[in-house]
Amino acid sequence: MIPSVPRVWREIRYRYRLIGCKCTDCGAVYFPPRPLCIKCGSRKMKELKLSEDGVLINYTIIHYASREFKYQTPFIVGVVKLREGVKVLAQIVDVDLSEIKEGIEVEAVFRKLREQGEQGIIEYGLKFRPKIKPK
Amino acid sequence: MGRVVVLGVGLTKVGEHWNKSIRDLFVEAALRAVEDAGIELSDIEAVIVGNMSSGYLQGQEHLGALMSTWLGLRGVATAKVESACASGGVAFHQAFLAVASGIYDCVLVGGVEKMTDAVTEDVISALIMADDQEYVASTGITFAGLNALVYREYMRKYGVKQEEIAYFAVHDHKYARDNPYAQYPFEVSLEQVLASPLVADPIRLLESSPISDGAAAVVLCSLEKAKSIKSEGLVEVVGSAVATDILSPHEREDLTTLYATHVAAERAYKMAKVEPKDINVVEVHDAYTVLGPIHLEDLGFVKKGDGAKFVVEGNIEKDGKLPTNTFGGLKARGHPVGATGIYQIVEVVWQLRGEAGKNQVSDAEIGLAQSVGGVGSSVAVNIFRRLR
Repeated sequence: MIPSVPRVWREIRYRYRLIGCKCTDCGAVYFPPRPLCIKCGSRKMKELKLSEDGVLINYTIIHYASREFKYQTPFIVGVVKLREGVKVLAQIVDVDLSEIKEGIEVEAVFRKLREQGEQGIIEYGLKFRPKIKPK
Repeated sequence: MGRVVVLGVGLTKVGEHWNKSIRDLFVEAALRAVEDAGIELSDIEAVIVGNMSSGYLQGQEHLGALMSTWLGLRGVATAKVESACASGGVAFHQAFLAVASGIYDCVLVGGVEKMTDAVTEDVISALIMADDQEYVASTGITFAGLNALVYREYMRKYGVKQEEIAYFAVHDHKYARDNPYAQYPFEVSLEQVLASPLVADPIRLLESSPISDGAAAVVLCSLEKAKSIKSEGLVEVVGSAVATDILSPHEREDLTTLYATHVAAERAYKMAKVEPKDINVVEVHDAYTVLGPIHLEDLGFVKKGDGAKFVVEGNIEKDGKLPTNTFGGLKARGHPVGATGIYQIVEVVWQLRGEAGKNQVSDAEIGLAQSVGGVGSSVAVNIFRRLR
């Protein structure tokens, strides 16, 4: 893929802070935010800061990846259902591959996602890790 | 709406064509289709090219003008159609509309993909472009990985075991053996499939369609023009539909049903005035084994959750209830992405014409081909009937 700074920059607000949106007519929640509700068609969408924790509901372990991710293999990508009910796709980190399972509670953590091309433009964003419970 | 028939078909072998470029492959398939149709190149009024990744893998766009130039068809109308892995099936739908509208009498539609010009890790990048670059590809997930989510959910929801699902690969290889155009014309055992390396857990290498080069082409004609050229071997396009779903599968409510297949199939059945029970031969888009059973279910042939059992029990063999993927499917015929939808159509046409050789289904009259882009994000369903 052609490296691009603006392509990454314009998504930073949503990617770094997990900002989605909510339909003020039917209540549906989305991530990333979008201009109209795909459930009811309303255009009355309001930005919503999403919770940074949720439950892992599905996952896979990637053994063969693209050029940008091959040095990270094997790694886990999972579907996280946030408290608002919206589902987010993200890497699941800080967990042993043999210990991963559906149903675990996870929390967002800020990490490097990938380096673009030889110029090395770094994309950051959120990954999730098993929730650390206070003692 | 005018009636549309398939007048001619042509293929290249699927495989690793180190000595052939993307245009070599397309021209080879197109010339065979024109010869099979019994027309002159100059009869063609429009050329539609289905392709997914020529811009990324070859640095080549504008395939419509490129291919028409190399076919010597200066002045002809053209377009490239891209709908990820459904590019072939969707291109066919566009060509069907072009003839059915009455604006064109004779259209060449082909699909082509040249994947071995790139190394595997770049092909992986190209394929995940079927989903959202900013919020899906940026996680590092691969296209196999997205299908792995479907696989895991399907096993959990219906209590189906991996060995039942993985059998689809064994089925495909069995039928590729006698397909001279197949990439892998040999059999594999279930043990071999289940012992192959994990690609994206739980999907194993031998459950995945390969990286392939290939091109396939079809000449579509109005019924009137077709009848003026030949009276035998005509196959009518009786139903043709395309439907879409929410692009990213994780955003949907259920991963185990591909909604777009339901919608496209319903439209195509209605147009063709047939029901699932009327279909004699089927080609489904099994990019990964689990999709085989899911497609058979979503096309209305078997109850949700029973697809894998249906396959294992022999119902999709050539002498079974619903002969399916009788030339090896995506797994063993191969999956030159943008060409695959056209390969499927050519295979259905061969069955209806009685030209399927050792894999011939007896007296097939109506056939269906399903082409899928992304994880069920775009689906084309085309239905064919033999004209007597």
